[in-house]
Amino acid sequence: MTTLTLSMRDRLKRYAAREGFGLFALIFLIIFIVLPILTVLLWGFAIRWRFPAVIPTEWGFDFWQETLSRADLRRAFPNSIVLSISVTLLSMVICLPASYAFARMNFRGKQFFLLSFLFTNAFPRLGLYVAIAIIFFRLGLVGTFAGVVIVQLLNTLLLMIWIPTAAFQGVERSLEEAALDVGASRLRVFMQITLPLVFPAVFAAVLLTFVNTFYETYGALLIGAPNVLTIPVIMFPLINNQPIPQYGAILSLVLFAPSVVLLLFANRLLRGGYLTAGFGV
Amino acid sequence: MSTLSLKQLRKQFGDVTAVHEINLEVGDGEFLCILGPSGCGKSTALRMIAGFEEPTSGDILIDGQSVVTMAANHRPTAMVFQKYTLWPHMKVYDNIAFGLKLRGLARTEIDRKVNEALELVGLPDYGKRMPNQLSGGEQQRIALARALVLEPKILLLDEPFSNLDALLRVRLREELRRIQRRVKITAIFVTHDQEEALSLADRIAVMSKGRVEQLDVPSRIYDQPATLFVADFIGVMNLIPAQQNGATIDLGALRLESPTRVNGTVTVAIRPEDIAIVGESDVDAWGGEVEQIIDLGHYRKLLVKVPSVGTLKVYAPKALDLRENQLIGLNPSRFTIFRDGAAPIEVKREAVAPLEMSVAV
Repeated sequence: MTTLTLSMRDRLKRYAAREGFGLFALIFLIIFIVLPILTVLLWGFAIRWRFPAVIPTEWGFDFWQETLSRADLRRAFPNSIVLSISVTLLSMVICLPASYAFARMNFRGKQFFLLSFLFTNAFPRLGLYVAIAIIFFRLGLVGTFAGVVIVQLLNTLLLMIWIPTAAFQGVERSLEEAALDVGASRLRVFMQITLPLVFPAVFAAVLLTFVNTFYETYGALLIGAPNVLTIPVIMFPLINNQPIPQYGAILSLVLFAPSVVLLLFANRLLRGGYLTAGFGV
Repeated sequence: MSTLSLKQLRKQFGDVTAVHEINLEVGDGEFLCILGPSGCGKSTALRMIAGFEEPTSGDILIDGQSVVTMAANHRPTAMVFQKYTLWPHMKVYDNIAFGLKLRGLARTEIDRKVNEALELVGLPDYGKRMPNQLSGGEQQRIALARALVLEPKILLLDEPFSNLDALLRVRLREELRRIQRRVKITAIFVTHDQEEALSLADRIAVMSKGRVEQLDVPSRIYDQPATLFVADFIGVMNLIPAQQNGATIDLGALRLESPTRVNGTVTVAIRPEDIAIVGESDVDAWGGEVEQIIDLGHYRKLLVKVPSVGTLKVYAPKALDLRENQLIGLNPSRFTIFRDGAAPIEVKREAVAPLEMSVAV
């Protein structure tokens, strides 16, 4: 009987040790991810929320109207969208052929160039932007749409080259050769064999690039202001200078929307089997 | 129905010559195996025929027409690869139909041809499956169907069965041979597996270090190896270094006669099946001690230690009562003398009565 209880306790201990980590992770998630998001969500729809109250005492859409009717925001929203789309498309045009070259060709300094994208990302962002701003000022690019596109494009290089390069490397050469062998041209091989096979990884890279660009603040602030303003740039002073948390909360929710839409879209594709089709070998 | 010829074909990768000047004529409907150890240049040769590698020099002719300047996608060849052959994002049907669609065939025509090809490789209802739902053997059959459906002039196979288990390999080998005979296609099959080559090929080209060592029918490759490399590489062979003085080679207790008179170092090659087991006291025999007996099912392989000759591999019938450390006599009935820079010389010795099963040694 004693041995049984002991082993039971032993088992319980082991169970706690195993599940303890899960519990810890759960609490961690709640405190650092769920609670802040929940707070933002509540603030977005709160009119009055004073200290002792656990939830807002007065609800309403008053601040939404106030925030969304701001002229600077109305101008910034299309700016943000057009910028993000332009940067993402441009990044695709530049990076996808480059990553194919990195994966398939051998040239001098290949490893160095691949690593160089990491160097720029490892360098403190703000310092880099200040240096770029000085150069851009001389070139007359400060305060222009093109200037912001270039600075945000630099940001996307690492992701848009590294992920697709790995994906292209993952495509067995014999698959491409087999297509060439049955009579497909090089372009057709790329379009019908290589691209579908790397699609999941490239799609993920494009999605991340778009979302990252949409939220990018410092580059847009230093190069774009005051002529080209994006939503995150407007959010910055709004949250810093105003004692009203609703502005920040509502803007966060507004910014959250496009990425949620994108993620849902991606999820649909994934479940449709289109994304995963390339994975099975 | 086509012929292939390689003329002085050569491939250099930087300082390394992968393929030295190769000359090869493959007849219409012939099944030729290129056999050699890994790195001997056999795959490079095949890839040059397919158009995936550009020859450094030399020519490739199909039906007498040079194809060397032709891009891979325009060559009348079709290849079955070693692995990762099917496109994983396409159904089996679309894998086979891909090349037909490129040629702009009508839908009904494509349908008919794909179904015929599936029928030919014995997987008639597999069109709707995805490649990852197929076993390795099925994938290679579909790859064969995909190559054959285009009715190429030359079928190229680059170790197509080497990733499959032994039993399946033998079955697919037989099936490939049947299909090749049925569609009467000229085929080049690259392999490192000599059993595969010996059982499949009309002729075998044995390659080593970028050179064709011997091009011959399987039985002659085995019975009359042209070089020491082929002698060693194909089948089991006893290779004994020796000194020839005039017309004789003194090897242990035996004096072997050579039809040519020469002085120098030679290698005597003897197949295990050409060594008869005789009594220990036989004068015309090497006396040796059985070191090891390896049971191979229907016969036994012996390792026999012969003083000043070496350890010889010998086959013994199961009925012969032998044990380890037993002393026996070995009598070679046929051997080949290899000498650097000279053609091999085959020598037959007069038959001797093998050891009777009942003889008590």
